[in-house]
Amino acid sequence: MRREGSAFQGLGTVVLKELSDQMSSIRIFVLEFLVAAIAFVALYRAIGRLADTTAEDPFVFLRLFTVDTPPMPSFAGLLGFLIPLVAIGLGFDAVSSEHNRRTLSRVLSQPIYRDALLVGKFLAALATLGIMLLGLWLLVIGAGLLLLGVPPNSGEVARSLVFLVIALCYCGVWLALAMLLSIVFRSAATAALVALGLWLFFVLIWPILSSALAMVIAPPDIRYVLLGLPTPATIEMQQMLARLSPNQLFAEAVLAILSPSTRALGPIYLEQLQGAVVGTALPLRQSLLIAWPQIVGLVASTIVLFVAGYVVFQRQEVRA
Amino acid sequence: MTEHVITARGLTKRYRRATVVDAVDFDVAKGEIFGLLGPNGAGKTTTILMMLGLTEISAGTVRVLGYDPEREPLAVKRRVGYLPDSVGFYDYLTAAENLAYTARLMGFSSAERAQRIADALKRVQLGDVAQQRVATFSRGMRQRLGLAEIVMKGAEIAILDEPTSGLDPQATVDFLAMIEELKDEGVTVLLSSHLLDQVQRVCDRVALFQSGRIVLQGTVAELAKQVLGAGFIVEVDAVAPPGADLEARLLAIPGVSAVQRTGDRYRLTAVRDVRPDAARSVVAADGALTQLSVDTPSLEAIYTRFFQRKTQPEGVRDAA
Repeated sequence: MRREGSAFQGLGTVVLKELSDQMSSIRIFVLEFLVAAIAFVALYRAIGRLADTTAEDPFVFLRLFTVDTPPMPSFAGLLGFLIPLVAIGLGFDAVSSEHNRRTLSRVLSQPIYRDALLVGKFLAALATLGIMLLGLWLLVIGAGLLLLGVPPNSGEVARSLVFLVIALCYCGVWLALAMLLSIVFRSAATAALVALGLWLFFVLIWPILSSALAMVIAPPDIRYVLLGLPTPATIEMQQMLARLSPNQLFAEAVLAILSPSTRALGPIYLEQLQGAVVGTALPLRQSLLIAWPQIVGLVASTIVLFVAGYVVFQRQEVRA
Repeated sequence: MTEHVITARGLTKRYRRATVVDAVDFDVAKGEIFGLLGPNGAGKTTTILMMLGLTEISAGTVRVLGYDPEREPLAVKRRVGYLPDSVGFYDYLTAAENLAYTARLMGFSSAERAQRIADALKRVQLGDVAQQRVATFSRGMRQRLGLAEIVMKGAEIAILDEPTSGLDPQATVDFLAMIEELKDEGVTVLLSSHLLDQVQRVCDRVALFQSGRIVLQGTVAELAKQVLGAGFIVEVDAVAPPGADLEARLLAIPGVSAVQRTGDRYRLTAVRDVRPDAARSVVAADGALTQLSVDTPSLEAIYTRFFQRKTQPEGVRDAA
């Protein structure tokens, strides 16, 4: 016998309530201020550098997202760094706070399933992040229009919108992770610490660790070393390991979409470039094909993490 | 024939090793106040959660208003109001906003919502603070708000888990009065508590839980008969003339099972109120009656006696 009624009854109510909570919280105000301030600085410096070369570049608007002005990373790079922080900030106490406030059993005794509560919280946080990203996107386009004095062409707008969608998928991964932790750990502080620990691990440690591990698993071939060339097997292993990190997936997908001349994300042999007009832009569909595995990877990790949280939540006792 | 709104048969909850609720049978009739009582950890809350479909049932069945909470939890939760032990609300929302969330989850239209919320808050004397944040509420006010939620839902059954624990005496009296008001409106009330005198004050029938089992069930008078062997204790203060064997005369009254004499005070244990007969006996013996009182046995006396009786033989068995 099946359960009666839809699992998503009351979903809309939960989403609206959570969204209004998110939007009116001090937390989101602080996080958005932080992101906007940093993004603005990156943008300002990027524009300063791009203003000289406006005329030569067919994709000058996309450069706003990708150009880096050391010590500042590019706008897209900054997002790769900051999105996890914001997503963790929105999700780390999503479920544990209901437990600790003792509202969980009361809310669940209303005619809704647990599904609606969990999905509602996820969607509301994702919508909050989406609104924030859209705001930033408009900020970039607006600043570009004002300071560069060139309107973006349709290809640039399309590519930057795809970038927005990829960023949202990336948000989903970290949000699902933060919510999983909020379900597993009853203490919000523990969940936050673990989430931030994982964030630092993937942002700072994993890139270094993955290349070290690759050296061990697939040691460089002496023949390549003598020629002063990197060993393909080592590079491939290193890349495979690095791609276990959502940050790497995001960075690669963004590179493929925002730099139209990107032809491959892995090592390629010279013979594979035969006949290619290096440096020319690919059509958007081709760029999408290059970034597709990365995008799928991000969506898949979101689903896996969310399902893990879902299963734990369904089995959890509601009593405090 | 009385109509039963809750029927439990062999209801059992097991965690890995421990059996928390062990084959419990009980019926709750429409419109009565049914008390679940017993020490903390006896399985009262777990039983309640099983009735609401908030925790899985290991064995046995329970029907609430004819619905199976495992398969039709939405139908059950739409008709049953639940006030959890130490209920929590969203502190940053006002009392009215908290109820509005529940009302939306119930699916009430916006006009109906406003009316129901205003009525419910007035009923529990929170009408004046409807627009105040719940963070400023005392514990008693929170409990009343929880009751308002049940009223607002228009629940047919109200399940109250330890509603008066932690309330001051005045708040307790007020709260119990509100529970009786609910009963007057035809709402069936299921009350769980370990505070015996309060249960006795409002409950029509009680079920006594001990380590997961219902060990006693019935009205307080029935329990008294079962445990103490009698329902009434009549105290007679009388000075009898020498030679008149008042003790024997009192014992001869039909229904009296024992007479205990201390000085001029006689303590009669009887199955009915034997005051008129006792007075007649004293007068017939030419005695001077100075005081006559009847005492319905307190639930506490029953409870204490029951557990004394219960533990003694077990102690012996263990020793053997």
